[in-house]
Amino acid sequence: MAPRAQQEESQSVVLWRPTLLLVFFVALAGVLLWRALSLQILDREFLQNQGDARHLRVVEMPAHRGAVTDRYGDPLALSSPVDSVWAHPGYLLESGADLTALASLLGLNERTMRRRLEARSEREFVYLRRHLSPDRAAQVMELGLPGVALQREYRRFYPAGEVTAHVLGFTNIDDRGQEGLELSFDEWLRGEPGAKRVLRDRLGRRVRDVESLREPRPGNTLALSIDRRLQYLAYRELKAAVREHGARGGSLVLLDVKTGEVLAMVNQPSFNPNNRTNAQPAHMRNRAVTDAFEPGSTVKPLLIAAALESGQLRPDSVINTSPGVMRVGGHTVRDFRDYGTIDLSTLLNRSSTVGAAKVGLELEDDVFWELLVRFGFGMTTGTGFPGESAGSLPIVPPRSAIERATLSYGYGLSVTPLQLAQSYATLAADGVQRPISFLKLEEAPDGEQVLDANVAQLLREMMEGVAGSQGTGRRAGVSGYRIAGKTGTAKKSIAGGYADDLYVATFAGLAPASRPRLAMAVVIDEPSAGAYYGGQVAAPVFASVMTGALRLLNVPPDDLPALDAHMASRGGAG
Amino acid sequence: MLSRGPSNTTFLKQTWIQRNLHLDETLLGPLLILALAGLAVLYSAFDQNIDAINRQIIRLGIAFGVMLVLAQIPPTTLRRWAPWLFAVSVATLVAVLFIGVEGKGAKRWLDFGVFRFQPSEVMKIALPMMVAWYLSRYPLPPNWKQIAISLFIVLVPTALIIRQPDLGTSLLVAASGLFVLYLAGLRLRYMIGAAIAIVGSAPLLWYFGMHDYQRQRVLTFLNPERDPLGAGYHIIQSKIALGSGGTYGKGWLNGTQSHLEFLPERHTDFVFAVLGEEFGLFGVILLLLLYAFIIGRGLFIAVNAQDSFSRLLAGSLSLTFFVYIFVNAGMVSGLLPVVGLPLPLISYGGTSMVTLMAAFGILMSIHTHRRMWSS
Repeated sequence: MAPRAQQEESQSVVLWRPTLLLVFFVALAGVLLWRALSLQILDREFLQNQGDARHLRVVEMPAHRGAVTDRYGDPLALSSPVDSVWAHPGYLLESGADLTALASLLGLNERTMRRRLEARSEREFVYLRRHLSPDRAAQVMELGLPGVALQREYRRFYPAGEVTAHVLGFTNIDDRGQEGLELSFDEWLRGEPGAKRVLRDRLGRRVRDVESLREPRPGNTLALSIDRRLQYLAYRELKAAVREHGARGGSLVLLDVKTGEVLAMVNQPSFNPNNRTNAQPAHMRNRAVTDAFEPGSTVKPLLIAAALESGQLRPDSVINTSPGVMRVGGHTVRDFRDYGTIDLSTLLNRSSTVGAAKVGLELEDDVFWELLVRFGFGMTTGTGFPGESAGSLPIVPPRSAIERATLSYGYGLSVTPLQLAQSYATLAADGVQRPISFLKLEEAPDGEQVLDANVAQLLREMMEGVAGSQGTGRRAGVSGYRIAGKTGTAKKSIAGGYADDLYVATFAGLAPASRPRLAMAVVIDEPSAGAYYGGQVAAPVFASVMTGALRLLNVPPDDLPALDAHMASRGGAG
Repeated sequence: MLSRGPSNTTFLKQTWIQRNLHLDETLLGPLLILALAGLAVLYSAFDQNIDAINRQIIRLGIAFGVMLVLAQIPPTTLRRWAPWLFAVSVATLVAVLFIGVEGKGAKRWLDFGVFRFQPSEVMKIALPMMVAWYLSRYPLPPNWKQIAISLFIVLVPTALIIRQPDLGTSLLVAASGLFVLYLAGLRLRYMIGAAIAIVGSAPLLWYFGMHDYQRQRVLTFLNPERDPLGAGYHIIQSKIALGSGGTYGKGWLNGTQSHLEFLPERHTDFVFAVLGEEFGLFGVILLLLLYAFIIGRGLFIAVNAQDSFSRLLAGSLSLTFFVYIFVNAGMVSGLLPVVGLPLPLISYGGTSMVTLMAAFGILMSIHTHRRMWSS
């Protein structure tokens, strides 16, 4: 290249080279600026939402489930705060952190836990352990493991444990009612969970609360009609009797005659609602409402009531039961012994089956069946208790002699202990039937007159003899009080007929007989330790529970002369 | 050779600082502002951890010290040192391949016990010095042979750095060499030819010249959503950070993307996103204006340099600085694939900052060692 040409080239370098460079770089800078503009102004909303979607989360704030109390406000079911530990499996495993300490704090096997996490590594949320005490949960968080976080929850505690287990039922791990009153009043108790928006970091840890969207509304307190003292007493006595007689199970229902409130309802066998891991489903049934049995002789007072109310028998009518055996439609009906000609009161005291069968066969116009319908047999009591059984009653009045006869001494129909107790409460309330209530009532609800008041009163007087010295239920006696009741000893029906050695022993009654306050049904299923009569097995439970209940409720005694005599004889002896 | 025209005989107007400390206030001012702004952003990115800020202040001190030292060395001396510095740098790069220390799947460092040394960083300065030295020995513009030799000089260190592998640094190193060549007077048609050659060789590079992870990066760059939790994660998160900043940002210390740990590498390569989220478009434009001013001053120094070595070197260093910023900002905003390059003077870390400030030291030296022109 000639020097001159080189010089010219050099000149032109100065001119176009920086210009090109400048244009090029200004263009690039422009691209950068445009990019910033489009991201930060044009796409801003979209990108902001994308960001929010990544770190803003709406989390539920659990609502405190309402407490359940007895009629005096003593707690029967309480929710207390607990923490559940959960993990983001990916983050936790990825961190390669040592899980031994975590596993031991959670009471888990480290390898099992690791396998669980690995199996769910695609998920974002895995519970490691639920319902940990807040102390323990705090220790877990002190480990500072990535991807491990807490969730506040509530756990249900039942201070009375197995004593109230059947009535209350229980909640599941999510604090939803599963059984019993926890289920039937779930909506009332549950409350409404709140919601809040929180800021979460990449590992899902909550950084701070942004705003509260909805405050949680705590559930309502539920005041039951149950009297905790009577419940404990009933449970203790029933359990002892079931054990003593080697029975398969048992139920006891205690009702307030004036209001229809359930004061106590217990069953055997029971379970611990605070730890149900080993509880058998059969033990969780509230047999007092779910299990129906053939009531046997306990319906005899209702038979007499039907006869008296319809005028087909008079209070002074007598029945000839000799020779203590009769045949009905090819079946033999048998009394314990030949009672001869007896009045209605004696029929009840001795529990004459032959007498009952004769009355049942002679009654016209199906008055007994109609009375049973009016009393609510074959229908649920309307409490809404989960799994409540309606029992059974023939849907049309029985026509055949054997059916009419057996119905009159309590076979061919089935009732729940609650229904039985309610029917005796009706007798106690001068024939007024009130709805059963598990909730505490401020005032007595209106009842329905299902039996003539005078007949009911007459029946109570007749039944007083049952607990008398000649009665089948003399062990049901309560000193200082007049009680009225009826024993029942029903053979259990099994496949192909009635078992010869399986019985349901019952006692149903009311007290004080002069001005009834309480009605109770005691049912002992399959006593197997020798004694099986209602008067032997169920009546003593009635006596001890009724004694305690009358005393605890400060019911004035109505049998003072007898009490005085009793005291005098003790004083004389001493 | 230079066409300064009538001004040749005037006295150079130099300030006291320029004469005695050989520092250029016009360049130093923006650099200090940047360093301070960087500390503020880092304070936020580090969740207000003052220890990290103290460490960064020490690094800044060292870097500015290096700048001060280099500013005292006259360009003539630098020119003498150029071939030796280049030879040593190539030698250490080769050494890295054999006895380098591994970190994050790449061999980039030599371990001297007390400190770790990254030869590729030195090459960012050594290579433009070498090419400028070589080309300035001949009349400009270079002829065919000189261009070929220059290209070879560029190729050797670039290839060595790609081998480590370190795509970002090799890109910068290659650019710094090629800028010298461009400024020396590469003919337009050569450049067009080169552009065609690069585009043409892209498929070859794709199939034979790239590591699998590098291919992944390019694919992910083209469509970040194809792997939102893996390779695309960086880009998606940083775009969200930038975009959610809006016009004025969420305010200092209030960026959610960065503080909630969604934004990866938020102290280092992606610190631009933190700035964008907390200071918005406003902050981004301010930052880019500062950078533009620094680059402009660098080019002004180049234009006013008194010999071709100085001018080529100053021009190359300024332009490389531009590439630095463009690549980093482009990568964070999703314009360019993710290559590991820090944001100059803002990102946390020492090595690249020392090299950068060394380059500014050289620029200052070039500007303050000019002599009065005697005609």
